[in-house]
Amino acid sequence: MLAKRIIPCLDVDNGRVVKGVKFVEIRDAGDPVEVARRYNEEGADEITFLDITASSDNRETIVHVVEQVASEVFIPLTVGGGIRVVEDVRRMLNAGADKVAINTAAVFNPEFVREATTKFGSQCIVVAIDAKKVSGEGEPLKWEIFTHGGRKPTGIDAIEWAKRMADYGAGEILLTSMDRDGTKIGFDNKLTRAIAEAAPIPVIASGGVGNLQHLVDGVKEGAADAVLAASIFHFAEYSIGEAKRFMQDRGVEVRL
Amino acid sequence: MTQRIAVIDYGMGNLRSVAKAVEHVTAPGDEVLVTDNPALILNSDRVVFPGQGAARDCMAAISDHHLNRAILDAAQSKPFLGICMGQQVLMEFSEENEGTELLGLFPGSVRHFPGGRGPDGTLLKIPHMGWNRVSHNHDHPLWGNIEEGSRFYFVHSYYVDPDDGDLIEATTDFGVTFASAIGRDNLFAVQFHPEKSADDGLQLLKNFVNWNV
Repeated sequence: MLAKRIIPCLDVDNGRVVKGVKFVEIRDAGDPVEVARRYNEEGADEITFLDITASSDNRETIVHVVEQVASEVFIPLTVGGGIRVVEDVRRMLNAGADKVAINTAAVFNPEFVREATTKFGSQCIVVAIDAKKVSGEGEPLKWEIFTHGGRKPTGIDAIEWAKRMADYGAGEILLTSMDRDGTKIGFDNKLTRAIAEAAPIPVIASGGVGNLQHLVDGVKEGAADAVLAASIFHFAEYSIGEAKRFMQDRGVEVRL
Repeated sequence: MTQRIAVIDYGMGNLRSVAKAVEHVTAPGDEVLVTDNPALILNSDRVVFPGQGAARDCMAAISDHHLNRAILDAAQSKPFLGICMGQQVLMEFSEENEGTELLGLFPGSVRHFPGGRGPDGTLLKIPHMGWNRVSHNHDHPLWGNIEEGSRFYFVHSYYVDPDDGDLIEATTDFGVTFASAIGRDNLFAVQFHPEKSADDGLQLLKNFVNWNV
């Protein structure tokens, strides 16, 4: 059977991994290549880089990061952040990324997703969805797409959007609950399940992981095909290996 | 003795990872050449034939690069490793794109996954994306130092269904049991991506570059 994937996510700013890392036995915890190598050794199933570089002048730095990592780490690499036009996708794929995540640009220009999947194939286009619950107490559950880090509502229903992105050829959905992101109280598993059951493509759950049980819940309650986490791995609270053994012990099929 | 390994480049997908992974396992002095030149391909010691994308686009690209002959010749004359679409296009016919004629080296078709739900009730999402088990049908030098049932990284929506079951070197389950590796004589072809399959993937590539047919 297909294993559920565990994906560590790294925020990269100007070519450096940010959000303090406390890895032991690692010379330079800000070096994306070193961190990626470590995650690979621990058994990560994929690695996602999120480029948070603010200045467009420094966008090239992520290209070099991807080139270096792809030369040494032989597992799938996804890159997101600032992907706006077909040329951005091409640059990342040529640098060695296996998949490119499109977020805001998909919302403002859905045809971009169709264009990118037609040109490069569904397998390398991930649509990142930032969703927030908008239904009130006692109402049927409803989530909406938000942009600008969860600040701007778009009026787009999250489930309809996920189906539409799959129709446009997206190969995968990276689903972040903006209600849970950074809270460490677990994924929004109702949201994850709603999207995972509605969209015919794999769904990666993201946003809210604080402990290993949350990863298990994302798979079992949320029906996620993969789980993504940043801080619990990044601050070395848990290793990827520990996470996988914990999940396996609770009946989740993982690659060990 | 040093050797030259050609990675066939016909514009379908990024070959950088394949070339880097092969370089990673070759001996010092070996040359890994990413090329669409039929003469260079046929003059090399080994050939890696990767590929991504839709069947019709792949076949059009092979034809545009005048590679049909070189691929078929290499596939029958020297150590040859097909990867992903480089496995599928060796068959006769694909269901993809309302039906696509392929290179036809092996009788059989390329079929779309049925999807539906797995034995435990989980939805079988297509593309088949992630790490799945590869069960060996026969001993083969390319499985050297790789445990039976090891997981490799897959990403695809279609799978090969060869008429001749003896071609099947390994199978994988995803709603159906499909041929995740096929082989004959000097040829080996896999649906998964060894260049993205961590240590076991590198081991398979290493076995390939050291394979004495």
